[in-house]
Amino acid sequence: MSRLKTLSRRGFLIGTTVVGGAVVFGSYLVARPHDNPLADDVTDRQATFNPWVKIGPEGITLITPHADLGQGTTHMQAILLAEEMDLELDQFTTEFGEPAAAYYNRGFAAEGAAVMAALTPLEAATVRGPMGAALKVAGIQGTGGSTAAADSFEKLRQAGASARETLKLAASGRAGIAVDQLTTERGAVVLPDGTRLAYTDLAAEAGALEPVQDVPLRPSADWRLVGQPTERLDILDKSTGRTVYGIDLVAEGMVHATVVTNPRRGEMLGYDAAAALDMPGVEGVVEVTNGLAVLADSTWRAFKAARAITFNWGPAPYHTEQADHWAEVAASFTDDRLNATWRDDGDAGAAGGDDIIEAEYRAPYVAHQPLEPLNALVTVTDEAVEIATGHQLPRFVQSIAAGITGHDPDQVRFDNQYAGGSFGHRLEFEHIKRACEIANQRRGTPIKLTYTREEDFAQDFPRHIAMARGRGAVAQGEVRALDLQIAGAPVFASQGSRLGAAAGGPDNQLGAGAYSAPYALPDFRVRGYAVPNLAPVSSWRSVGASVGGFFLETFLDELIHAAGADPVAERLRLIDDPVARDVLSAAAEMAGWGRDPGPNRGLGVALVRSFGVDVAEIAEVEQTEQGLKIHKVWAVADPGPVIDPVNIENHIQGGVVWGMGHAMSCEITYADGMAQQSNYHQHAGMRLRQTPEIAVRVLQNRARIAGIGEPPVPPAPPALANAIFAATGTRLREMPFNKSVTFA
Amino acid sequence: MKITVNGTEHDVTAEADTPLLWVLRDELGLMGTKYGCGIAQCGACTVHLDGFAARACQQPIGSLEGADVVTIEGLAGDGDTLHPVQQAWVETQVAQCGYCQSGQIMQAASLLADDPAPSDATIDATMSGNLCRCGTNVRIRQAIRLAADKMGA
Ligand code: FES
Ligand code: FES
Repeated sequence: MSRLKTLSRRGFLIGTTVVGGAVVFGSYLVARPHDNPLADDVTDRQATFNPWVKIGPEGITLITPHADLGQGTTHMQAILLAEEMDLELDQFTTEFGEPAAAYYNRGFAAEGAAVMAALTPLEAATVRGPMGAALKVAGIQGTGGSTAAADSFEKLRQAGASARETLKLAASGRAGIAVDQLTTERGAVVLPDGTRLAYTDLAAEAGALEPVQDVPLRPSADWRLVGQPTERLDILDKSTGRTVYGIDLVAEGMVHATVVTNPRRGEMLGYDAAAALDMPGVEGVVEVTNGLAVLADSTWRAFKAARAITFNWGPAPYHTEQADHWAEVAASFTDDRLNATWRDDGDAGAAGGDDIIEAEYRAPYVAHQPLEPLNALVTVTDEAVEIATGHQLPRFVQSIAAGITGHDPDQVRFDNQYAGGSFGHRLEFEHIKRACEIANQRRGTPIKLTYTREEDFAQDFPRHIAMARGRGAVAQGEVRALDLQIAGAPVFASQGSRLGAAAGGPDNQLGAGAYSAPYALPDFRVRGYAVPNLAPVSSWRSVGASVGGFFLETFLDELIHAAGADPVAERLRLIDDPVARDVLSAAAEMAGWGRDPGPNRGLGVALVRSFGVDVAEIAEVEQTEQGLKIHKVWAVADPGPVIDPVNIENHIQGGVVWGMGHAMSCEITYADGMAQQSNYHQHAGMRLRQTPEIAVRVLQNRARIAGIGEPPVPPAPPALANAIFAATGTRLREMPFNKSVTFA
Repeated sequence: MKITVNGTEHDVTAEADTPLLWVLRDELGLMGTKYGCGIAQCGACTVHLDGFAARACQQPIGSLEGADVVTIEGLAGDGDTLHPVQQAWVETQVAQCGYCQSGQIMQAASLLADDPAPSDATIDATMSGNLCRCGTNVRIRQAIRLAADKMGA
């Protein structure tokens, strides 16, 4: 039982609670104050100032509760704290922290289920809908939707400033010198005579004080770390093989496990595991939901035994054949499947006359498949559940585990880990559930579950499939009207249903990346249609915008060409927002737009606003004898204030590779109810030999800070498709593009 | 069954068809070598086998009697030094999630040992078997060029 909980809750409104002789501070300013989770663990020689800072004689620990899936969130959070605390990067360690309401993601709250920068009434309805309902649990410590930076930007600097000023107060008390005579640098309070009092020495005294609140934050001109190129805290370990991921965890006495579950996502009707049970090292099999787990004394023995089991799988609860998925989508542009009209400027439906252009587009299911396979280390005892792996929603992990094992969520300890990628995959809970089901049947034994890549592919909830029908009008060299209908699997309803939320309500991901376009087209409409009976789907890096951006920006490109206008000039004419205009202008300038690229070469442009961030990309491709070669991509983004410029560049480049790579060659298709792609030989993404040079520029005109993990993805496919059109005259309306063209 | 890993000889007990990858990870506790695909498609498991880059998921331990294996943990040799390829990886800040990077670094080190001044085409061809799902491709290329400079200097 938390000692803290027996103490005054008032403590965290204003900040002081005595615990075991030390003092715990709660200076954090979340909308609803929550208990400081660090307070349970502090000894009488340590102090914790708020949920992000823990100082004791042995050192300083910064807590970075946003999951690190490779986006650099640990470093981002740490430098925000260290900036105001006057810590250098080598003066502290970091921890992910435990699931706790104090780490409430304000980004999720403000952005509404991690999707929007500014809520329109309809977007707010999405948040009230399936996914929003599921997420609207008090204290969502979530990472996703590119919200981590927005959530942390002020909150963590405030936490750092409060800790600094409280330490100064302690130094003032010890030295008998007024606080305003004191300065701080390199983890110490400096007295006027130059004497340095290390924070670690001041911890116990600082812990006895009321924490200093409402400290004014330093202006950006004074920042030492934020906005500067710094060496990411995890970069050395990630270059030496020392980073420990979930898959690397070991525990005393642990048993290895792998699972095989129904690739049709239906029931397991029967199985024969006799051969597997005879294999060396195999300790047994246990039933889990829709399948079986094999327990063995090594990963390989578990994998091998799993292959020796034969199964009788029940049918799929959705169309079994891919052609039927497409037919269902194509049949969904109907009034009764209209989910919401996301934008309706002017009268797009009335457009008529000679210069009407119509086209149809497709975006397939695509898998997440981060390189680290799903895994979890779980121990269930009668008293507690311990779970360790990388996950984006720690609080849900707790409650889902508790639901399986019958414990109270407070008895579930979750230890987040560095994850080998996610792209939305680690928003799901299948591996957590399976591991808990196994460990619950082997109480007392640590179970280390590792998925084979094949099982991971089979059970991946892919990016939603979608089609778009565009109808537009051009006149006198200008685009006049654009009417886009998008029909697809509703992502949030699918995801929400797995979290127990009722289905229904508008799903803004059916129009994302399209309705948000910063264009003042006189007649502009975007409607979304929700398609039933499809495979279950999930959020895939940039979610709805990953298809909506492709649909809108390739169709707009068709209209611009039909009008005989220039793709950049016409977009600039239509843009009604200075931030977006600068983004597109900068990309055009970098790419030398307007130059003659030479024979068989072409440039294509796309501009997409997603998660509130405008990103423009221009691709230059060449039709060579070996196929299409992407020579170069120029990418410009404006996410507002930049915390870590090196990491931003890396992630914009990665977003281009992710977006273009999947658009070139990746899809998940179903046959007999099963995904036909089982490993990277069928779904890799972009290989190095296909990778263009990628030049990046980041503008900071946007007033509020926004994340950059997802926004570079949506413009990548349309920029490539539009460049291929410019180079070859072939208009690509379906991803993956290698269905109709060949890449070198 | 004896193999040498990072200069130390080990007696391993796994049955003959066990891939080297799982001997390294489960039996020797060397976790820097990663499992990504198990079918030679991702390169996350790349190690040096008798001096050449090899996919550890494709090497049954039974065929490796007496083999000399170097993993990411042993690439730089003893102490706190970094291999020039690792230095270049740190300076270029290549990693995102980092999961592919042990394999990328081992492949790149082998490439530069063979060809200290590789052409862009050689870099692309040699490194295309290593998959980075995070898309650090551009920086991988940059870091290899930087490492080549360091090693040539
Ligand atoms: S795990 Fe060996 S190549 Fe992928
Ligand atoms: S850095 Fe994540 S897979 Fe390469």
